[in-house]
Amino acid sequence: MAEVRKLKYDEADLRTLTVEDLDALEIGAGILGTGGGGNPYQGKLLALQAMKEGYEMKILATDRIEGDALCMSIGGIGAPVVGVERLREGREGLRCLRAMEELIRAPIDAMVCEEIGGANAINPLVTAALGGLPMLDCDGMGRAFPEMQMTTFSIYGHSSTPSVMCDLHGNAVIFSHAVSEVWHERMARACVVAQGGGAMLATAPMQAHYVHQYGIPKSYTKAIALGEAVIRARKAQEDPIAAVCALEGGRRIFNGKISDLKRHFRGGFSVGDIELTGFDDCSRQTAGVAIQNEFLIFRRNGEVEVTVPDLIVLLDVDTGYPITTEMLRYGQRVAVVAIPCHALLRTARALDVVGPAAFGYPEITYSPLPAFVQKAA
Amino acid sequence: MKRIGIDVGGTNTDAVLIDGETILSSIKVPTTQDVMSGVKAALAHVSGFVGPSDRAIDAVMIGTTHFTNAVVERARLERVAAIRIALPTGGSLPPMCDWPDDLRAAVDPMIFMVHGGHEYDGSPLVPMIPDEIREAAMKIRDAGITSVAISATFSPLTTECEVVAAEIVRSVIPNAKITLSHTLGRIGLLERENVALLNAALQSLGKTTVQAFSDALREADVTAPFYLTQNDGTVALADVAASNPVHSFASGPTNSMRGAAFLTGLTDAMVIDVGGTTSDIGCLVGGFPREANNIVHIGGVRTLFRMPDLLPIALGGGTIVDPETGKIGPRSVGYRILTEARVFGGKTLTTSDIAVAAGLIDMGDRDRVKDLDPAFVQASLERLGTMVADSFDRMKTSADDVSLIAVGGGAFLIPERITGASEVLRVENAGVANALGAAMAQVSGEVDRVFSGLSRDEALAKAETEAQDAAVASGASRQSLKTLEVEDIPIAYLPGGARRVRVRVIGDIAFV
Repeated sequence: MAEVRKLKYDEADLRTLTVEDLDALEIGAGILGTGGGGNPYQGKLLALQAMKEGYEMKILATDRIEGDALCMSIGGIGAPVVGVERLREGREGLRCLRAMEELIRAPIDAMVCEEIGGANAINPLVTAALGGLPMLDCDGMGRAFPEMQMTTFSIYGHSSTPSVMCDLHGNAVIFSHAVSEVWHERMARACVVAQGGGAMLATAPMQAHYVHQYGIPKSYTKAIALGEAVIRARKAQEDPIAAVCALEGGRRIFNGKISDLKRHFRGGFSVGDIELTGFDDCSRQTAGVAIQNEFLIFRRNGEVEVTVPDLIVLLDVDTGYPITTEMLRYGQRVAVVAIPCHALLRTARALDVVGPAAFGYPEITYSPLPAFVQKAA
Repeated sequence: MKRIGIDVGGTNTDAVLIDGETILSSIKVPTTQDVMSGVKAALAHVSGFVGPSDRAIDAVMIGTTHFTNAVVERARLERVAAIRIALPTGGSLPPMCDWPDDLRAAVDPMIFMVHGGHEYDGSPLVPMIPDEIREAAMKIRDAGITSVAISATFSPLTTECEVVAAEIVRSVIPNAKITLSHTLGRIGLLERENVALLNAALQSLGKTTVQAFSDALREADVTAPFYLTQNDGTVALADVAASNPVHSFASGPTNSMRGAAFLTGLTDAMVIDVGGTTSDIGCLVGGFPREANNIVHIGGVRTLFRMPDLLPIALGGGTIVDPETGKIGPRSVGYRILTEARVFGGKTLTTSDIAVAAGLIDMGDRDRVKDLDPAFVQASLERLGTMVADSFDRMKTSADDVSLIAVGGGAFLIPERITGASEVLRVENAGVANALGAAMAQVSGEVDRVFSGLSRDEALAKAETEAQDAAVASGASRQSLKTLEVEDIPIAYLPGGARRVRVRVIGDIAFV
């Protein structure tokens, strides 16, 4: 039964991504990953492969789609170490999409990204391309967070069930209802273990007007621009870190060398602390960064200075490339960049879910990082 | 115990003969186009110091750049077949999907993806289908390919699929040279598979190289067993090493660092190996080079395996100094230094000329640099010192001052005082530190895999036992084994206390 579907957007508004865009996105998503979110490299390879096969990846601004359009977010769930060993089958996301459409008996109009930081920036793009759908230019975190209930979509009231979770074997699991977002996360986490530690999860569709109101805007455009800035600065032999700061209202807050590194395991997460010994303008200073999958808290000489949900990014001091928590090692020279998070993550409601207390630091009160405006040269 | 150490570098071939810890003879000859005549010349020189009444030589250790050069030059590689046992996973990312086109073309692979592999907990992903492997093997045989790389999901954890597949391939192609990914790499399928494929492509070169060394030794009447030096500063019996050429990729700098440890008696220090074109800075920990724990690109291919953590600097004895601005490098006259540097009658100002003008070393014709302004010479030396200090600081792992050992033919370039260094050590025979490092090498064993369902202590103990067994299998004497490194990282989002554990042990060669 062939049926022509009326599009809820104008195809002229779509931006088709190029190979260069993907290279930039890989770097940009790594930066916004704030140390976590998984490595986007494999996702990029999958996207390149899909491009070779003729699929196109298209971005659409959230205000260029009809308000009642159905948008579905999707993301990878599981342990990053499993992901580097047990590669994706490639169509897990597409199966999620089709299973969801069957479940709700309605076609999906566009795809949404849950998490622009790390691997989940590119995974949904591949699904969108295979499914012939546009990707909305936004996401639910504006960075990376370790758990599903930490999206702005969930924080501002969207119930992420019914959801569909598909593994590489072809298994599809439907969570028809969770009494809370945390319950959903808990059940999905248990299920992903049964599926071997990695799967794709599609959450209940949202209407485009909700996504427009509560999504972190322009995530893809931003991530690509960040990556481009790093690539361009490197080519021109300019400072890539300054370029990153200029784009995001960020500030280079510390230059240091990793002088101690502790990592352990707590409640299923990779937890740790980095100690930095300063150099250049930071010599005779020390700093600490607390990790729980992502970089959470930055302290200078023992005093808390930047906290989650603001972005704490570690960049290689020479290349400007992002350093993930798995890549940390003694002696590494890093620049710490602090980037203000989006206002949607700073409300009392959001801070309950993604503030310092939510990560086990009830004693720390979040104080918003001011945007840093570059002085004109 | 008499040993000969030979290190074939891009510029020079160095050799030493040692008895216990005493150096009986050493020589440096230019590396020849065909490599082997240089090796023969060096060998003839040092083996001449074993008198007829003396004990014969016990072992010969050789480090060579043959294999790295082949990958970089995309030459002397053989056609390979890849069998990946991982379907339904990874179908969209076939083997070699991220290789540079020219290297892929040089290897001209046949690629097969079949069902099977394991999960992180050791359970099968899907059953392996032997007929799929057999069918692939027959196609490989019909294409006349004899080198095969086999990879499987989570094979560092459960080797079964790769081992069984190898048996099937061998039953179809009895003379097949088979590389199993779990024997070379770590967790990270694409990177481990890449290492296995590079290794497969170097099989024939490995055999011919070892044969050529063997012939050269016979010509010199040396009948001792011989070993090839490995990336981690240890050695493996030549025949074993020939089947794993990738383990010899970085043996040059590694040998230098080991030699530096031997020459100074220091086990924890930084080492700078100054060559003609570049220098490498590395870090000795417990007498061994610290290993990089991240992706290393080789000839444009992403890999993840045992490689020393080195920081290259564009600074060597042939590095060009701009006579106007005083800028040092990055270009170098390289091996043409003996004709192009000023002190040797050439027209190009190099770092060696600066060193001669400053009186750091006496070589060539000193009169040819006496026109240099002493202030310019001084400024150049300071600039050089800053370059070294900067890179040195990057590789340091603590704020405390540590010793810096300068080795290699251009060691004289390194200033007496370097910021952050407690001392700068220069030693006799620094020029042949690499050959010495080779001669002194021991044997190691490593385990790097995920353990689950065990307590941390149990996992560490199990890993240590496995590493010890691996070292003994490679020729170490069990009594001499010492644990060199223990590292464990908990794995996020998995139950059962799953953790990746890496243990490396080392011991002396077991002589029978």
